[in-house]
Amino acid sequence: MRPGDSQENRNDWPSAIKDGMLGAWPICLGYLAIGLAFGVIAQKAGLHPLEIGCMSLLVYAGSSQFIAVSMLSAGAGFFAIVITTFTVNLRHLLMSSSLSRYVRGLSHGWLSAFAYGVTDESFALNVANFRQRDWDWRRALVLNHTANLAWIGSTVAGGYGGQFIPAGAFGIDYALVAMFICLLIFQIRGFFYVVIALTSGLAAVLLSLIIPGNAYIFIASTAAATLGVILKRSGLSQGMGGGS
Amino acid sequence: MIPTDYLLIVIGMGVVTYVPRWLPLLYLSRRGLPEWFAEWLDFIPAAILSALIFPLLVTTGEPRHLDLLRPELFVAIPTLIVAIKTRSLAGTVIFGMGLYWIAGKFI
Repeated sequence: MRPGDSQENRNDWPSAIKDGMLGAWPICLGYLAIGLAFGVIAQKAGLHPLEIGCMSLLVYAGSSQFIAVSMLSAGAGFFAIVITTFTVNLRHLLMSSSLSRYVRGLSHGWLSAFAYGVTDESFALNVANFRQRDWDWRRALVLNHTANLAWIGSTVAGGYGGQFIPAGAFGIDYALVAMFICLLIFQIRGFFYVVIALTSGLAAVLLSLIIPGNAYIFIASTAAATLGVILKRSGLSQGMGGGS
Repeated sequence: MIPTDYLLIVIGMGVVTYVPRWLPLLYLSRRGLPEWFAEWLDFIPAAILSALIFPLLVTTGEPRHLDLLRPELFVAIPTLIVAIKTRSLAGTVIFGMGLYWIAGKFI
């Protein structure tokens, strides 16, 4: 594991800002679509664009924001909303754990700034970039915060009149799905990973049909990763392309 | 300007969202990890991505039910092939969006 700053010639901020911002484009596209939709719904639920922006800034987690708005309009109280948000966003625990391997030795301050921007999308893209590209914590941090600005901007814009933008134009609703598909392919580094991905995916589908909410993501992925370690440790991975 | 009770809810939501994002980074990035745990973490991205994608493609509605005839799924298969063949994020995203857009005009 290299510390964040091992590449002396590339640890300058200007190039990191450029790379990070440019690298965030698929997420920005996706957040534009979802953010506008969220803004429209939140505004219909009676929230002012300023209140929408405040939530996007302080929470910055799409699905829990949708749920919170529907709970608010149903008259739910503080604890119900906060506890629901906690359970919905608990999956970030796994993503931050996984990302910790790439930001070793970073100061608490920068880690805290980086943690704020960990989402499903930024996690997937940063992990792929850390593995494949000349990527470091600065680029990852800039990517996170670029995506965050896109989220705040598009949710507020949605609150001001997103209904005037045609829904589904240019297939923009599919941007994040296509990005996830491609990033999943990047993660498949041998037959072993195919087994884990299929196990996790099928378990997620089954669980999602049985239990409400999104706990299926957490349960399916931890179970599949655990199965992967057990298989690998039991020696079944011989010749199966296991290992990284 | 923003009502206090709304602000409190949002702050509460922010805290419980931030802590799970923050603690593992702070705690794990300073420690040597046992090998099995490093392996486990190495499998997490593939597992999470699958767990995110599969239900998006084959389930719908509230309460969720299985639906194998969704454009999301039809478009995913060629998108997957493009991702494997090109290994290009930009190419895959643009292809997927384009095909989904076209599919939306016919379905």
